[in-house]
Amino acid sequence: MADSSASVGHSSDDGVTKRDFLALLASAGAAVTVGAIAWPLIDSMNPAADTLAVSAVEVDLKPILLGSGITLLWRGQPIFVRYRTPAEIKEAQDTPMADLIEPQEDSARVKPGHDQWLVLIAVCTHLGCIPLGNKLGQKRGDWGGYYCPCHGSQYDTSGRVRHGPAPLNLWVPPYAFESDTKIKIG
Amino acid sequence: MSGLFKSEIKNPVINWIDCRLPLFTMMSKEYGSFPTPKNFNYFWNFGALAMVNLVIMILTGVFLAMNYTPNTTMAFASVQHIMRDVNYGWLLRYAHANGASMFFIVVYIHIFRGLYYGSYKAPRELLWQLGVVIMLLMMATAFMGYVLPWGQMSFWGAKVITSLFSAFPVVGQPIVTWLWGGFSVDNPTLNRFFSLHYLLPFVLVGVIFLHIVALHITGSNNPLGVEVKGPADTLPFHPYYTVKDSVGICVFLIVFSVLIFFAPNYLGHVDNYIPANPLSTPADIVPEWYFLPFYAILRSVPNKLLGVLMMFSSIGVLLVIPWLDTSKVRSSRFRPVYRPFVAFVLPICLVTLGEVGAHSPVGIWVILGRVATAYYFFHFLVLMPVLGKLETTLPLPESISEAVLKAKTLKKAEAV
Repeated sequence: MADSSASVGHSSDDGVTKRDFLALLASAGAAVTVGAIAWPLIDSMNPAADTLAVSAVEVDLKPILLGSGITLLWRGQPIFVRYRTPAEIKEAQDTPMADLIEPQEDSARVKPGHDQWLVLIAVCTHLGCIPLGNKLGQKRGDWGGYYCPCHGSQYDTSGRVRHGPAPLNLWVPPYAFESDTKIKIG
Repeated sequence: MSGLFKSEIKNPVINWIDCRLPLFTMMSKEYGSFPTPKNFNYFWNFGALAMVNLVIMILTGVFLAMNYTPNTTMAFASVQHIMRDVNYGWLLRYAHANGASMFFIVVYIHIFRGLYYGSYKAPRELLWQLGVVIMLLMMATAFMGYVLPWGQMSFWGAKVITSLFSAFPVVGQPIVTWLWGGFSVDNPTLNRFFSLHYLLPFVLVGVIFLHIVALHITGSNNPLGVEVKGPADTLPFHPYYTVKDSVGICVFLIVFSVLIFFAPNYLGHVDNYIPANPLSTPADIVPEWYFLPFYAILRSVPNKLLGVLMMFSSIGVLLVIPWLDTSKVRSSRFRPVYRPFVAFVLPICLVTLGEVGAHSPVGIWVILGRVATAYYFFHFLVLMPVLGKLETTLPLPESISEAVLKAKTLKKAEAV
């Protein structure tokens, strides 16, 4: 570059020419333009506004039997709402943090004063299958919570992962109690 | 050079066109008189077979798309509509679904041919790497195509495979949401998969064009792995190899027809005749047979991120084998120590992995999966570089023609 433009006569002492600057400016401009054109295309694949509009779901807890749970859909994802027995609650609360793959207190996963209600996004954190165990009589694994039939991950009565390959606890969706027998998810 | 290209074609109309756009001259140079090693065996049919297969897939696919509806509420029903109501719809769909299996059979044999005869070695490294890119594109296309009928295996296969990307820290979950276009596999996912499933085969055509251009620059490898030294070593592509390829194409079509007409669902999974249900995971999610070895590698590793990385690198390693293989000799025929490993142990390892991928990861299957996974990487990362240095190879023939003539004389002597 510097060699060929030296003859043009714009060369400064350090060999950097006005033409080098123009080439740099043009390349940078082209890069920004390509990015600006690509971004709308890429972003159009992200969730659309209607998908994002968080459709809140209200759940009536009255029909749920002690020790069992119900499954419902929220934002296209299955949600578990489980009515835990006192023994299950105690087991979840007494688990030493050292035994957990992703340490988290049970109290951080339920609402204060509503220890018996466990609300989870029912998607295994390994590869997205729906674990078994929400209903009484289904396989619940060695920790009495949930068992994923796809690759054998197991969760305890707080939905925390106890046996791989899942790396993380089941997620808790945002929700709030509207009354003692009704919650609103979302 | 200026002015028009001087075409030698006699026909005045074709000559007029050829002078302005020398397509006819090019075709006759690349596929007519093209000098091709004279010692090809039937393994050298599989490139042409793959080409025929691709054409069948694009043709049947275009006509299927005329009757298919990419919408979660209608997709499953539209496939049943194709099967029951559309004239020859059953044939189009069975040809397309089994055509995918045939495509992978053909391409896997084509790749094995390259591995056995050392076709990936200099100067054919780029040719080989383009081939790996073609295989990756095929896999992406096949995966998205399998989602379109929107059965249970479609849905859950899509969910498991797209969730692979969530293994990457920080960027993983946003990538999965972006791929889905929502918070689970849903209508936006089905729509984009249809769009990409239609697009990617044409990208394939482009990459295959480059693959063939690279092939015609270096020339084909051959069973002896000895470079062509002169005209005595070659035959014109037409009629010698057009005829040999035609034989292969007939056998290919017979096998294909048996699948379509006598066992159209043999390679499929019954669960895909159940409409997709986001609230019920099938007892066992099994991918199509051609993904099973890679699925087995994924599941052999107890750590999620590591499993995903191992699966991707099982294909990635193929990109670098031109430099991992240190042997100067191409064809395994002249490598007595390496030959049993590439001809028997590696195929057995891959079949084992396929079998492991079809079973739940418990008991013996976990151990088998881990042993086979270990061998797979050992073969490419240790055996290839080390054996290439240590092995004493057999003497190579002077040239292709010399070897061919010697074989002929031997045969004659035996006959007498």
